[in-house]
Amino acid sequence: MKNLIEVKNIKKNYGKKEAVKGISFNVEEDEILGLLGPNGSGKTTTIGMLLGLLKPTSGQIFINNLKLEENRIKILEMINFISPYIELPKKLTVRQNLYVYSKLYKVKNIKERIEYLSEKLRIGELLNSITGELSSGQKNRVSLAKALVNEPKVLLLDEPTASLDPEVGDFVRTFLEEYKKEKKISILLASHNMNEVTRLCKSVLMMKNGEIIDQGKPEDLITKHGRTNLEEVFLKLSRSKSEFN
Amino acid sequence: MSLTRIYGLFLRHFYLITRSFPRILDLVYWPSIQITLWGFISNFFATHTTYYNNAVGVILTCAILYDFLFRTSIGFNMLFLEEIWSRNFTNLFIAPMRIGEILTSLVITALIRSLIGLVPAILLTSPLFGISILDLGIFLFFLFLSLYIFGITLGILVSSGLLRFGPSFENIAWSTMFLLAPFGCIYYPIETLPEIFQKIAYVLPLVYIFEEARNILINQTVNVENVYYAFMWNAFYFSLSIGLFYYSFNAAKKKGTLINMGE
Repeated sequence: MKNLIEVKNIKKNYGKKEAVKGISFNVEEDEILGLLGPNGSGKTTTIGMLLGLLKPTSGQIFINNLKLEENRIKILEMINFISPYIELPKKLTVRQNLYVYSKLYKVKNIKERIEYLSEKLRIGELLNSITGELSSGQKNRVSLAKALVNEPKVLLLDEPTASLDPEVGDFVRTFLEEYKKEKKISILLASHNMNEVTRLCKSVLMMKNGEIIDQGKPEDLITKHGRTNLEEVFLKLSRSKSEFN
Repeated sequence: MSLTRIYGLFLRHFYLITRSFPRILDLVYWPSIQITLWGFISNFFATHTTYYNNAVGVILTCAILYDFLFRTSIGFNMLFLEEIWSRNFTNLFIAPMRIGEILTSLVITALIRSLIGLVPAILLTSPLFGISILDLGIFLFFLFLSLYIFGITLGILVSSGLLRFGPSFENIAWSTMFLLAPFGCIYYPIETLPEIFQKIAYVLPLVYIFEEARNILINQTVNVENVYYAFMWNAFYFSLSIGLFYYSFNAAKKKGTLINMGE
């Protein structure tokens, strides 16, 4: 399988503070990689570097074999991102937001693309609604539609189901599974929901203090650390590094 | 540069303005109030001082010119701040937009915002005060263009600060124009300023623009040199602002401001 994301020994320092300490990993085509770690472990910094919002202090990032530093615009055309911490303009209707972002991503056949995503994400009835007046579940699906408007090869998800009720959360997870399978895209998923990670991810990276402290398939990590689920593994690793070294 | 992307970002702000009647009202309301106020002050001075005897519309014309500058600068800042307030900033900067495309789109949108406010205000001056800014003739275009460039330049400089330092720089965005106004010699000749302030004023394009507006209206002559100096200083500050914006963008990528914007 082809690697769509290749991260080679990236470091990020803020002054003397080392936020990310030389991590490397790959994400294959048609793979969802989980990025786990306690708050402040370097997940958001890593995602920020993959999006070109942060310049690594050293190291290299390749997306679809293109070096990010030299091909920022080309790469941003094939990548997208959602996070509960960013929103679409609240005063615009859902249709206007999707239209604007379709233009920014130079989408061809905008009308068809919006119709396709509306049907898949069940937001057809919301298209003429004001984005700021939607429920958090509806906003989440609209943000997902925006993130897929450019048919990205790489999707970066930061807590994609945070604050969603179980039904909407399940809908989003099922959608992501099916969409990834259909389009063969790579997804990097940062989440604190261990059930979600276990269900969606082929493998996971555990980060702490800017380092990758363990990685592997969820079931292998559970076995390796002698726990019954991924949440217990997470707690063990985040509480003590020396315990498993 | 992609026209599609420039148009896309323009649309985002166009939708925002046209969806909200209070926003349109806000754009029209302040310039109209400002112009009406200065119209009465202008009338008063015209009848009580000799300086303005030859041209009753000098103060009002300068007020309109200054308001255009103010609206352009604030308008540009507002467009940038709007992205921060709506927490859309990250979405914008992860879209495949070049800095030049973002700036071009904001420059066009800022012009349209300013004109929405300015045109009704100018239309008010004729029936209310019997004054037409068109008395400035063809040079009106050059003066407006010069003010527009300087307004945009200030907007880009403030946006660079927002990029570099984050939303805490917002207060500066509102105060820039007030800081420069005394040196701009908007309502008085440059000789009014103390010598040290005159030296500062001469390195700003504003003084040449407003001196020339007064020169045309009072002396009925044109000093092309003033227009030339205004454009020369504008070219210098505009280039500086573009350079600073790129520098701030790169600095923000190092510092992490782009992912924490809005917090």
